[in-house]
Amino acid sequence: MTGALMALVRRDLHLAWRSPAETLLGVVFFLVALALFPLGVGASPDILARIGAGVIWVLALLAVLLTLDRLFQHDHEDGSLDLLLLAPLPLELAVLAKCAVHWLTSGLLLVVASPILALLMNLPADAFWALPLALLLGTPSLTLIGAIGAALLLGSRRGAVLTALLVLPLYIPVLIFGVAAVDGVVLGLGARAPFLILGAIQLAALALAPLAIAAALRLASE
Amino acid sequence: MPAPDATREAAAPLLEAAGLACRRGGRLLLEAVDWRLAPGDALLLKGANGSGKSSLLRLLAGFLRPAGGRLLHGGRDVFADLARYRAALHHLGYQDALKPALTVAENLEAAAALLGGERGRLAAALDAFALGGLAATPVRFLSSGQRRRAALARLAAVPRPIWLLDEPGIGLDRRNRDALEALIDRHRGGGGIAVVASHGDVALARPLVLDLDGAGA
Repeated sequence: MTGALMALVRRDLHLAWRSPAETLLGVVFFLVALALFPLGVGASPDILARIGAGVIWVLALLAVLLTLDRLFQHDHEDGSLDLLLLAPLPLELAVLAKCAVHWLTSGLLLVVASPILALLMNLPADAFWALPLALLLGTPSLTLIGAIGAALLLGSRRGAVLTALLVLPLYIPVLIFGVAAVDGVVLGLGARAPFLILGAIQLAALALAPLAIAAALRLASE
Repeated sequence: MPAPDATREAAAPLLEAAGLACRRGGRLLLEAVDWRLAPGDALLLKGANGSGKSSLLRLLAGFLRPAGGRLLHGGRDVFADLARYRAALHHLGYQDALKPALTVAENLEAAAALLGGERGRLAAALDAFALGGLAATPVRFLSSGQRRRAALARLAAVPRPIWLLDEPGIGLDRRNRDALEALIDRHRGGGGIAVVASHGDVALARPLVLDLDGAGA
């Protein structure tokens, strides 16, 4: 079982490595879209610093959303999903492995890129650790919750657009507490509670989302 | 023929349909069919396009639930322990389940590891369909016949007793069709069973034939 799990993780990492354009799409979007804000709202350092945390989190949501279709879409189209069902491996675990790889190649890149964004948005020095930490706690939940939507809408036409409509409302708690955590640190309001809640959301998503995703994939393979 | 050992005996790949019915999109494709496959048997599914051959194969793989009746593996209901049953079968659909970005060898290696095969068999599996020269070629550069061969190599790479093959010979040239027939014969000789949907391009020795044109409602 662990052999099959490792094989799946290795294959998906290998695939991400072989198609860098697709893998880096999310993080490049993240950087480019953020660079537009100083141009759009004017380069006033105070305004940028005030809206910075919120803007970065909204863009992180959209960047993850942009990469969701590669989670199961290709496997569904080329028949690899059937192969996954025939593996000596509970589908819930396989799904968790696929989400882990997706996070490593999307959310983690956002975490790594986030200090640059904090600099671009003129956030105070404290944000250089608070923002990556909040993203580290929040982005796995984005992958897991998004994967439910991606799996449910597999095979439907315009699936990517529908996934966005289905998933974005579910991202709201992560957004609220993500921004609260960064603002709490930056403005000195105390950020313990929002960080803990972000962690709790992640743990709940880790426990529950694989069940929902696996059920949706079984339906899609009928 | 290799002597069946104790574990093989316990997992006798006996597949039995009892009053099996299959419904797809509100249409009854298959009504109350009964058949029984002992080790070494083959079932040939015949029928016009859209007669439900692929759906029946997906049903036999446990992807679909039967609309009625039971599917038994070794005397036990398949859907009672689906994970165990699925670990005993290969399902080759009309899609090849290959990753275009990976090479033939990488695809086979990844699939074999995922399905629980041994690394030692990979070279022989590539040879079974003369894929040695294509091993390092990314799948996106292959023709459809070559893709089919790369998908079929999984059968040789991971030994599993039940083979469910949907048009396995599609796109294959004469030489590789012979190789496929030889592989199926060897599989049956070793006590495996094969269910093949085909328009007659793959010859099976002494198959049980299920004609879906007559079986449906």
